[in-house]
Parts: sequence; structure tokens; C-alpha cells
Amino acid sequence: MAFGTQEAPSDADLPWSVRRSLPRGSQAVFEGKMLNYKGNWKGSVVSSVLEPVLFLAAMGISLGTLVDQGGRLDQGVDYLVFLAPGLLAATAMQTATFESTYPIMGALKWHKTFEGILSTPVKVRDLVTGHLLFILFRLVTTLAVFLAVMGAFGALEMPLGLLALPAAVLTGLAFAAPVSAFAAWVQNDAGFAALLRFGIVPMFLFSGTFFPVDQLPAVLQPVAYATPLWHGVSLTRGLSVGQLDPLLAMVNVGYLAVLLLVGVWLARRQFAKRLVI
Amino acid sequence: MSVRSASVENMTEPSSLTVDERRAAGEADEAALLADGPRADELVWARGLSKKFGEFTAVDGIDISVRRGEAFGFLGPNGAGKSSTMRMIGAVSPATDGRLRILGRDPGTDGPAIRARLGVVPQTDNLDQELTVRENLLIYGRYFGIPRAQIRARADELLDFVQLTDRADDLVEPLSGGMKRRLTIARSLINEPELLLLDEPTTGLDPQARHALWDRLFRLKQRGVTLVLTTHYMDEAEQLCDRLVVMDKGRIAAEGAPAELIGTYSTREVLELRFATGENESHADGLADLAERIEVLPDRLLLYTDDGDGAATAVVERGLRPASVLVRRSSLEDVFLRLTGRSLVE
Ligand SMILES: Nc1ncnc2c1ncn2[C@@H]1O[C@H](COP(=O)(O)OP(=O)(O)OP(=O)(O)O)[C@@H](O)[C@H]1O
Ligand SMILES: [Mg+2]
Repeated sequence: MAFGTQEAPSDADLPWSVRRSLPRGSQAVFEGKMLNYKGNWKGSVVSSVLEPVLFLAAMGISLGTLVDQGGRLDQGVDYLVFLAPGLLAATAMQTATFESTYPIMGALKWHKTFEGILSTPVKVRDLVTGHLLFILFRLVTTLAVFLAVMGAFGALEMPLGLLALPAAVLTGLAFAAPVSAFAAWVQNDAGFAALLRFGIVPMFLFSGTFFPVDQLPAVLQPVAYATPLWHGVSLTRGLSVGQLDPLLAMVNVGYLAVLLLVGVWLARRQFAKRLVI
Repeated sequence: MSVRSASVENMTEPSSLTVDERRAAGEADEAALLADGPRADELVWARGLSKKFGEFTAVDGIDISVRRGEAFGFLGPNGAGKSSTMRMIGAVSPATDGRLRILGRDPGTDGPAIRARLGVVPQTDNLDQELTVRENLLIYGRYFGIPRAQIRARADELLDFVQLTDRADDLVEPLSGGMKRRLTIARSLINEPELLLLDEPTTGLDPQARHALWDRLFRLKQRGVTLVLTTHYMDEAEQLCDRLVVMDKGRIAAEGAPAELIGTYSTREVLELRFATGENESHADGLADLAERIEVLPDRLLLYTDDGDGAATAVVERGLRPASVLVRRSSLEDVFLRLTGRSLVE
């Protein structure tokens, strides 16, 4: 092996600017997360694919029969067709949130693996980007399977419905970034219980996944419209049902994109606060 | 020196100098500062380096120079600021004050490029517990941007180097503490670093593993790798370090080669006397004239003198009967005790 001065350092002759950009930090962080994932992908496939599919089958078919008997929904579609995109967006939220809570706290605080990574040329911003690349991978694979099941249930308007995939992926990323910042902000995992109880679960139940928000009491409607999940569901549903309101879709995309960008900024800041001390 | 004091006056009493005088002083000062940087062979160079956590000062204005090829050690009691210093040298923790150059570069602006050429063994292992031994090396190499095939070859060599080849495909989590430590050391070498930072590398290792590691560190040093380490073991410091500093309360209390430090801060020999429990202290005054210095420890008295046997005879002649009498050569432990008032291993 060539340690120290025995061999001319391979990068020393390169211009400084080139040397600086040599290692692709975020890509390596992504690889690291994939290596971890390889060890437990089976469990995660069961929880993130099978669960919503069972949910879709049970709720959509059983409840759907009752709902459909009682009268059609606004969009004039079957309840299953209405519910499926809601669950797709909600699954994106759940997958992203799960992957951005305990794993982040573990790497930051429990195992301190982030600390180890930052002793290499990898930068704090690479940690955030690499993490989001991994979330992107998880979302695309999980949601693609979900979308295929939706197609099989006949709950997808083609070809516009295919765009429900990027819509739901954007929804997931818009959660992943700020939740990662949150995970780096709280001191222990009690914060995650609060996030679930006061954030994720109420959103799951009342942000349009299961029923249109206009059926909520009037005072609660603005709250529901302000949640990120509602924007995700609205966008995803508009595409999968094939009834897209372009103006509303632009608002939805804008909201989610801003949340993602602000989230990335917050995550970088918060990671640095915890790690660069 | 005169230039610097001029510039200090310049700052405190600007009106007492003319504009031209001030400009001249300023330029001279800048030239002095430029000259006052690391030489080409100084891989670590710090002047007035400080680290504060809130109001608390962990490192209080230290000066360090580590030359290429040297093995440099930090000794010091718990909380002295050794790890805080190592983290600043590792370009992961920003200095609060002072100037620091690693491999000739400023960690504040060139952190990634510096870290690319460092190997770091942190005080607490931060391996990926969910990966195998080999995977830990493979992914760590990727963080340095090393091609996979090259990492794989190096990983095999390094596993052999730290004698973990037979555990290569086991998960890290169930490994013993010493094995994890060895893996951390292997990991720190994956990028073939020029400068290796080891924060208490052998804490938790059994004696055999420690000696094996010393041997390996020595071989790295022979290959030209510069070593900076902290330790609580004086035999480790004596074995490995060409030069060391004793740190206490964030400051450097002494600096030099192990033998130099012993020569400066201790006598040639030490007479160790053990009296019955609780009696040690009461005998100290009566024996003070027999030694240059007496150290009272809870379980024994240390009499510092160049003639240990002579002092021992004198003790007996005074009719004292200690439970045990031992004459030995001074060690770094004695230097440490003198400088910090504490034993090295508590
Ligand atoms: N992140 C931090 N926040 C606040 N205080 C800190 C932090 N890190 C270290 N300190 C404080 O700085 C001081 C020096 O700590 P440091 O870890 O550098 O000591 P050390 O010499 O390595 O000790 P040891 O031998 O126990 O490893 C201690 O008082 C410690 O509590
Ligand atoms: Mg320490």
C-alpha cells in the first residue's frame, strides 16, 4: 500500500478547483443508505407495499360498496377510484416520514455514523442530498408498485394517471426534507411520537384521503386546505382520476416545491448545528 | 518582535502615529504574519488555537507544530481538551479563535480537501452497526471517492492488517469492543492517509492487541505516515511518540520528547513508600528533607531524588518501617503527576 509520502499524492498535481469536486459526496451517502437498505428491504417491502394494498382492497371494496350505495362523490367516480390516489399520497407521506425520523436520529445521535462520514471529504449538504436521493428511490419503487395495483383495480385513468407517480413522489419529498430537519432538531424520539400524533395521523385522517375536505366542519376546512398532504392528495387525485384543474395543480405543485426547498434549507442548517460543533 | 509591539500600539493608540508610520507598521506586520505560518514540513500548525463551547473554554490558546513523519502525542487528564483539539485538527470542528493549518491549508475553507488526506480514529467508535465488517470499509472508501475495485483490494489488506479477516462478513454489532476498535483503525487507513489522528486508539484493547497495534502504528510511521495521538497510557506515549505535550485545563503544560520531559520535570529516581492505610500523609513532613519533592498519593508516598537507594536507607535509619519500599526510574507518569496533580490512570 502507498501511505504517506512514499508515493506522490495522486491528487496533489490537479488544480485546486478540480480536486475539490472529485468525490461525489451525496452519491456516496446514497450508496451507503442503499447498502443498509439491502439488509432490511424485505421488511420494508412488506410494510410499505403490502399494507396499503391490503388497505386499498379492504376499505375500497367494503366501504366503497356502502359509500357508492349512498350516492356518488363530487367527481362522480367510485369510492375506490376516489380513495386510491389519497392512499397513494398518504403512503408517500408515511414512507418519507418513517425514513426521515428514526434513521436520521440514529445516524446523528445513537450510532453517530454521520460523524464518521463527516470525517471524510463528504460535506453536511451531501448528507442531506444523499438522504433525499435515497428517499427518492424508496418513493419511486414503493409508489410504482402501488400504482400498478391501482391500475389492476381499475382505479387509474390512462395515460394521465401515470403522472400520479411523480405527483406522489413530490409529496413524499416535500415531507422528507422538513421532517429530516425536525429529526435533527428534537433531542429524543419523544418528538417523533408528537409528530405522529399531532401531525401525520390527523393529516392522514382529515386531509382528503378518505373524504373530501368540504365535508369537514366549516372552521376546520381552511386548516385542512393548508396541510401539505391535502395538496399532495389534490394533485395526485386530479391526475389519477383524470380531472385536473390546471390552476389548482399549479398551486399544489408550488406549495410542495416550496416546502421541499425550505425543508432542504432547514435540514442543512439543523444538521450543521448538530454536527459541526 | 519589535514590529509586532509597534502594531499593538498602533491598534491601541492610533493617534500617536502618523499615517505613514501606521502604514509602514501595518505592512511590516502583514509580512511578519506571512512569515509566521507553517513551514512546508509542518503538517499540523496551530497558534493561539482555542475552542469554546458557549462560555466554557475547552481549548485555551495552544500552539502546536507537528512535522512530517513525526509521531506526536497529547497526554492529559479527562476534560483537558485533547479530543476537542483533535476534532479541530480533523477539520470537523471549527476553531473559535487562533490560527490553524493542516497540511498547509486552512480547515475553515479547505475542509473537504484536508479531510481527503487524513485518517481519523475518534475516541468513540462510529461504525455502521448494521453493516458487516467488510461493508464498513467498502462504503467508507466510497466517501473518499475511491473506485470500488481499489477499495476492495485495500479492504482485504487492511482486514489482514488488523487481524479481522475471519470476521470480514460478520455484522459489526456483535463484535467485541476491541474488534470494533481495530475495525475503526482499519477504516481510518482506507484512503492511505498522510496524517493519522488517533484519539485514544488502544483504550479497550487487551494487552496483546495493544502491542500488535503499536507494532502496526510503528510500521505506518516507517512508511512516512505522520501520527498524532492522544493517550492515557504512558507506556504508549513512551513507545510511540517522538514528541508530546501534556495538556491540562485547555492549555499546554509542557512539551518535549519523553526523555526530555522526564529530565526537566522529574528526578532520576523515585522512591515509593507504602505505609499503613491513612498513615502516608502523616509521614510526609518528616521525610521532606530526604527528597527534592514529595508527592502524597492516597496509597503511597513518592520521594523524588536522584539517589533512591540512599533515600531508602535513610528512611529505615529513621526507624520507619513502611509496608513496602520500591526504588524505580522516573517515568512520564511522574511528569504528569507533577504537572497536572493527577495520576495518569485513575
Ligand atoms: N460538544 C460539547 N459541548 C459542550 N462541552 C463540550 C463539548 N465537547 C467537549 N466539551 C467539554 O470540553 C472539555 C474538554 O473535553 P475533551 O473531550 O476535549 O477532553 P479530553 O481531554 O478529550 O478528555 P478525555 O480524556 O476524557 O477524553 C470538557 O469539559 C467537555 O465537557
Ligand atoms: Mg477525549
